[in-house]
Amino acid sequence: MSADLVTGRETWSSETPVPGERGLAPPSFIRATLLIARKDLIVELRTRTALLAALALSLLSIVIFNFAWDPTAVAAIDLAPGLLWVIFTFSGLLGLHRAFGVEQADRAMDALLGAPIPRTSIYAGKALGNLGLVLLVQLVSIPAALVVYNLEVARVILPLGAIALLAGIGLVAVGTLFGAMTTSTRASELLLPVLALPFFVPVVTAAAQATARLMGGRPVDETIGWLKLLAAYDLVFVAACAFLYTVIADE
Amino acid sequence: MPLVEAVGLTRSFGTRRAVDRVDLKIAAGECLALFGPNGAGKTTLLRLLAGLLRPTAGQARVDGVALPGGVQARAVVGLISHQTMLYPALTALENVQFAAQLHGLPNASVAARAALGRLAIADRADTPVRALSRGMQQRVTVARALVHSPRVLLLDEPFTGLDDAGCLTLAATLAGLAREGAALLLVTHDVREGLSLATHVAVMRRGAIALHEPRIASGEPDAFVRRYRETVTS
Amino acid sequence: MTAPSYATTRPSRTIDGLLLAGLIAVAAAVTRAIWFTPVEARQGLAQKIFYVHVPSAFIALYVAFALLAISSALYLWLRDPRLDRMAESAAEVGLVYMSVVLLTGPIWGKTVWGTWWTWDARLTLTLFLWFIVLGLLLLRQSIDERSMRARYSAVLGLLAAILVPFIHISVYLFRTLHPRPIVLKPSAPSLPGTMLTTLLLSLAAFLLLFIGLMRTRYRYATDRDELLAVEGSE
Repeated sequence: MSADLVTGRETWSSETPVPGERGLAPPSFIRATLLIARKDLIVELRTRTALLAALALSLLSIVIFNFAWDPTAVAAIDLAPGLLWVIFTFSGLLGLHRAFGVEQADRAMDALLGAPIPRTSIYAGKALGNLGLVLLVQLVSIPAALVVYNLEVARVILPLGAIALLAGIGLVAVGTLFGAMTTSTRASELLLPVLALPFFVPVVTAAAQATARLMGGRPVDETIGWLKLLAAYDLVFVAACAFLYTVIADE
Repeated sequence: MPLVEAVGLTRSFGTRRAVDRVDLKIAAGECLALFGPNGAGKTTLLRLLAGLLRPTAGQARVDGVALPGGVQARAVVGLISHQTMLYPALTALENVQFAAQLHGLPNASVAARAALGRLAIADRADTPVRALSRGMQQRVTVARALVHSPRVLLLDEPFTGLDDAGCLTLAATLAGLAREGAALLLVTHDVREGLSLATHVAVMRRGAIALHEPRIASGEPDAFVRRYRETVTS
Repeated sequence: MTAPSYATTRPSRTIDGLLLAGLIAVAAAVTRAIWFTPVEARQGLAQKIFYVHVPSAFIALYVAFALLAISSALYLWLRDPRLDRMAESAAEVGLVYMSVVLLTGPIWGKTVWGTWWTWDARLTLTLFLWFIVLGLLLLRQSIDERSMRARYSAVLGLLAAILVPFIHISVYLFRTLHPRPIVLKPSAPSLPGTMLTTLLLSLAAFLLLFIGLMRTRYRYATDRDELLAVEGSE
């Protein structure tokens, strides 16, 4: 074994495509997106840093808020929706910063940028991976909040899921782009929340208001306006941020 | 047609010209060894040719595609830079396989194993990169950069951290790739290593090419080192 | 891009004439508002803030922020450093005007409506734009490389413009769904003649001051960049 490993010559040409002779088809946008998202989730599940931190922050906040307000004065049903969305926003920020931090550490970003894939697929892959994280955090902390605050939501579980998904997409669309921007600046982890939070305002407002109406047993019609706002936000910002990512990545 | 061609290639950062009107050509089978002091612009030149930076002025072509040329230009380039460009949490195999998949190799896992085998680290394929020594990581880095058999190789200090056997393996691999028609641009501080692979030699100074000649004209390493010192200090 | 010598750089210590005119005009407009315009019957003296608050709000939103958004968008298209300086100046001067709006608003609100803060659509928008512009200036501060700073800041400026309608709609939905006490709204069209004249004069004065501040700030940015060019060239 050692002989040809040292010289390397014999094994090189026998098994591998000769340079340039075999025309390789670069992966499509969708395949590249899925590859990057899958890789990010594997890295995250293996290190679990951001996921566990986000989960811990989210659960801790739910518990802390329980002691921070007077349940005899304000009913949980009035406070919980807004609270949950504020908690998701802040815990989501932990994951958003991480997505590009992983690439920055050993400049793996250069390999991604140098790969024969559309640059938007890097953004899309990162955003998809982030969405996975955000939804995972919601999947654990929403039931936890329901138990802790004694809320009944069985009737509205589907529309609630739709709100969580729509809002998650909006948060991640903007957050992923800002994550890409701030990782290459000084004071990056400090800057991300300052930049991202004003952009989260419409999402958090819409999600919290719609959630409150659903939980309060109000007719679904009342939430339509908010859902439309969320959907429009998602459409506009996914498109804008995917385009602007190519501007950011193009040094 | 040369695989790599630059005409008046310039890149400024703010007002500082990191790469200043560089002209160069590297044909298939050629290896240009590029020397120069720190901050001469070697890394910036490599990043320009890899399509990671947009030129401020001038033009560059890789395999006939003008840079920054999108997917086609990036498909033929293999890049090794100062950093490992690896994910420490993933295993060696996963890292190389991910690169193979991004390049659209039909059987990524087989190609990745083969690439690790050529760098003599097949037995560490399932070890997370973070648990590997610096030299071992460098082998994975090289395997990652070569897994798609690039026609244009941009190598920034590829010998960093490698032991003797690793250097020999890498040198032989690079020579093999050049024989098969790849164009190599090798940035290194190791004059002996650089000259042994080179068909052409260049020296960069303050962003510009200060010396460019065929390897034969450079003579013995010791003689070249003297001329190199004169070039960069003049 | 050749660096100008120190000799050709214009002296920067002179006081900008436009800025001086703007300051005098604002002083005159405030004097007229306080002493030569009748006191509003219901709101009393507090209504005088109106002549500072409204022009500042108008200029902050429709001039400064619009300028920031437009020069950001144009920068991404044309990549002209002058547009970046324009965006930088508009952001900073705009932040000052927004701060005036956010400070005078509560003072006026407390005396007239009995509450420091109302989530009125325009005031809310100003508040969020204030946060965004502050973030933009922080972002600019934490990037050293000039073209990267310009690109990132332009991206943020453009996104902020896209965000404006969404903030507007959410504030609107929030208010229509939450019945709240009807707020006494002093509306400009029904203003008696002298008050309207004072308002318009005040608007003109604050606009003149804005232009003066913009020009001074823009010149500062140009001087700074030129100085960096001189220093950076060697």
